[in-house]
Amino acid sequence: MGVEGIGARVARKEDRRFITGAGRYVDDMVVPGMKHAAFVRSPYAHADIKKIDVKAAEAMPGVIGVLTGKQLKGDGIGNLICGWMIHSKDGSPMKMGAWSPLAVDRVRYVGDAVAIVVAETKGQARDAAEAVEVVYKEKKAVTDAVQALKKGAPQLHPEAENNLIFDWEIGDAKATDEAIAKAAHVTKVHIVNNRLIPNAMEPRAALGHYNKAEDHYTCWTTSQNPHVARLVMSAFYNVAPENKLRVIAPDVGGGFGSKIYIYPEEIVCLWASKRTGVPVKWVADRTESFLTDAHGRDHVSEVQLALDKNNKVIGLKVDTIANLGAYMSLFSSSVPTYLYATLLSGQYDIPAIHANVRTVYTNTAPVDAYRGAGRPEACYLIERTMETAARELGMSPAEFRRINFITQFPHQTPVIMNYDTGDFGASLNAAMKEADYAGFPKRREAAKKRGKLRGIGFSCYIEACGIAPSKAVGSLGAGVGLWESAEVRVNAVGTIEVLTGSHSHGQGHETTFAQLVNQRLGVPIDSVSIVHGDTDKVQMGMGTYGSRSGAVGMSAISKALDKVEAKAKKIAAHLMEADEADIVIENGELKVAGTDKSLPWFQVALASYTAHNLPDGMEPGLKETAFYDPSNFTFPAGCYICEVEIDPDTGVTEIVQFVAADDFGNIINPMIVEGQVHGGVAQGIGQALLEGCRYDADSGQLVTASYMDYTMPRADDLPSFKVSTSNTPCPGNPLGMKGCGEAGAIGSPPAVMNAITDAIGDNDLTMPATPLKVWASLKAMTRH
Amino acid sequence: MYSVTYHRASSVADAVKLVKKGEDAKFLSGGMTLLPAMKTRLAAPSDLVDLCHIADMKGIKVSGKNVTIGAGTTHGEVASNEKLKAVCAAFSDLAAHIGDPAVRHKGTIGGSIANNDPAADYPAALIALDATVVTNKREIAAAKFFTGLFETALKDDEIVTAVKFTAPAKAGYEKFRNPASRYAMTGVFVAKGKDDVRVAVTGAGEDGVFRSKEIEAALSKKFDASALEGVTVPAKNLMADIHASSDYRAALVVVMAKRAVAKANG
Repeated sequence: MGVEGIGARVARKEDRRFITGAGRYVDDMVVPGMKHAAFVRSPYAHADIKKIDVKAAEAMPGVIGVLTGKQLKGDGIGNLICGWMIHSKDGSPMKMGAWSPLAVDRVRYVGDAVAIVVAETKGQARDAAEAVEVVYKEKKAVTDAVQALKKGAPQLHPEAENNLIFDWEIGDAKATDEAIAKAAHVTKVHIVNNRLIPNAMEPRAALGHYNKAEDHYTCWTTSQNPHVARLVMSAFYNVAPENKLRVIAPDVGGGFGSKIYIYPEEIVCLWASKRTGVPVKWVADRTESFLTDAHGRDHVSEVQLALDKNNKVIGLKVDTIANLGAYMSLFSSSVPTYLYATLLSGQYDIPAIHANVRTVYTNTAPVDAYRGAGRPEACYLIERTMETAARELGMSPAEFRRINFITQFPHQTPVIMNYDTGDFGASLNAAMKEADYAGFPKRREAAKKRGKLRGIGFSCYIEACGIAPSKAVGSLGAGVGLWESAEVRVNAVGTIEVLTGSHSHGQGHETTFAQLVNQRLGVPIDSVSIVHGDTDKVQMGMGTYGSRSGAVGMSAISKALDKVEAKAKKIAAHLMEADEADIVIENGELKVAGTDKSLPWFQVALASYTAHNLPDGMEPGLKETAFYDPSNFTFPAGCYICEVEIDPDTGVTEIVQFVAADDFGNIINPMIVEGQVHGGVAQGIGQALLEGCRYDADSGQLVTASYMDYTMPRADDLPSFKVSTSNTPCPGNPLGMKGCGEAGAIGSPPAVMNAITDAIGDNDLTMPATPLKVWASLKAMTRH
Repeated sequence: MYSVTYHRASSVADAVKLVKKGEDAKFLSGGMTLLPAMKTRLAAPSDLVDLCHIADMKGIKVSGKNVTIGAGTTHGEVASNEKLKAVCAAFSDLAAHIGDPAVRHKGTIGGSIANNDPAADYPAALIALDATVVTNKREIAAAKFFTGLFETALKDDEIVTAVKFTAPAKAGYEKFRNPASRYAMTGVFVAKGKDDVRVAVTGAGEDGVFRSKEIEAALSKKFDASALEGVTVPAKNLMADIHASSDYRAALVVVMAKRAVAKANG
């Protein structure tokens, strides 16, 4: 490892501009003649639109235009779509209800966009938006997925009878039922995975600019995948053909999944720019973010875990209801199916699994992937169930897990996934040692003397990321392939630009991707620039989500570097009159192995561009492109141990210890990886202890629509994390990487909840384990 | 934010004159409640009359046990005033835990009590200390000043200019913060005076700050946390929301009272 190569703790190159406030986000973009937009949004969860009168708004100061859904439809702008087809078990396709970017005759959740106002200033746009008169006829709303499936529930879409989008299954029902029938013990658990609101630091924003002279559109938007945005806006929403639409995602302040999707606002801003003749900018305020960013999670499940007389798991049966909100967001269907149920085997050798998943429309914001996307739901379910089973059996939770671990790889689970490698016992051992698990009973006694209830909980997680093999996801219904692209452009004096289809919105790609180039070519990372986020600059790419930028994005760069190296070696061999096979690249030089002959990197680069002395027939230049399609998912795994102390007087939970022992495969920058784990665990602790999206059941109003009521984790809610890794390199990609972006958020919630339920002895506690809930639970138990 | 006309008052009299001119004018002190409400378009005053630059309304005077705090004094100044700390550390401690540093350096005691947010900290202290609220028109006993949720005895053109109280022998404040907003979800101020014990509760009552008879009775017998063992307060008339039921708040009142007494006893 060099000082800037793979494995080095290099400080992030991009942080200087971020922490000095010099980042350039969509709201920083200014285009001559640019005006400002505000959206008129539904105050009701469910209502028919009887009339929209824009006259008063049009007459307001500074107003340039007020546009509605009817005009949008008239111009042929299409409905939003879900890009992953799921079929119900009866073979019927999922029931996709129409989602117009501006609602035409019905609104289905609080915040549903109805009209756009374009004005000289943001304030004028907002004033005028309030003056748009919309006459609604309110309808009964339903916000809870279980209630929405019941007879007589309010119906959202004519396409979806009983609000059911699909009724899907995976695994072997018969074998699982047989396992349960013959089991020595069956553990039954009711699992609720609470709905979360993403809360990226930067709100969503869009700037649409139609250039009439060139008949060309530019869209600056807060996107994790600008090329996908362009593809979808062209192919499905009829905004403009791809060659006439440039999408730019500049610095983006956090995504966590919520900025994968194409939302109504960017489509409407582009369309409104053509309609009004001015560039149109919209930036969400925080309330709009709460109301309209795609939410995460929201599952309710019934679980049965079958065990034989030796306490080995022989079957797992899961019945899940997933709330998808008012409309199907871009990848919403894949989250509670192929990103969820395929991980239900966890780290365990389970011969029979069956899962049934029903997805449901409700009068709530659309639900889609949020950091972990399906895998946190699977991990929470299996890890809460395993812990419960161990308690029912009177076994040590560590030992119970250990005897059920998968130990031979590759391992084919009954739910599609083929785990390539791992060492679950190693992570468990490392975590137990770090947590001083043996010393816990003493600590519990000491806490008791101080009047505190102390508990400890495990979570042995596995997830599938590095998404994903295109052919496999295509066969499962994905509308896109999930490869990645890279172009390595060596300049004439040897500096390098890497154009990547990945998109950094906090991940540190400008540093880690440059470290890879440094490792391979010896060029200092300061001489390597990473270019991303602009469809006019970068070749088609698939973007960043599902912890894929390392395992997939960097593999593409690695492949392009292979080609660059091969050509550079040919040139060097030619110039040094040596055999190509004898050329090695070391410390920024091309050397003839076993001799003192060498050429500095920049001379080879220069030679490629002067083209004065290249091998016969060789094209000038040194620039190579590669597309990499992974052969499998990657499988990060690990063991998290959480230790809590609870104040029985107030119900307050303090996390006194949190240990994360992960297996991420090979690591490029340990400091960035630790940062990812810290952030992920903070979000997981947020889900377990603090965050819970609440809608009013009757009115469908979002109760937690601001930081006054939605509890984001703060520094003082969190302990100092003890993180470590014990890695098994991934055999599936050239760099041996697995992915670390989501693991913390996936693995941590069950560890926290297993610790709290251990401390208080009430296994039914649901997330978030607020002081109120913990106090009420303790009080109820004292009463009984 | 809707458009608004800003005026800077140079004196209390000037402020009154300015506020009468506006169609729907409001006094602005630190603005820690009013400005966020305006930014989210929940409040739309025509004019703001800024009181922050009136010299007469600033500063803390301590004479023996008698404390006078100008209404325009920030929480940060109350928290760090050495003379105040020496006679009533509980009051400074309360101020030191309002909001965050930015709030403490802008928010003022006058603004806070004139707003009378049911989850604000100062009302509990003023009631427990039997303080007097001084305005440009009169002096009002704290018990008569706070009249309900966001309601006070203030008239439209009346400005709080100062708060006065006599430091008690012992005092302590403890609050349980709302997990999301970090406002007091239940805050209890206990004060042991020459003759009596007064206990005021904020953040919990449906009508705002109130005195807890049950806790006062117990602590009057013995000013010690042990005196509150087994004491309960009724959940009736306590607020209930997604963060706390009224039962939970009732329990928290006792727990916070115990901790406040322990603090008061040092």
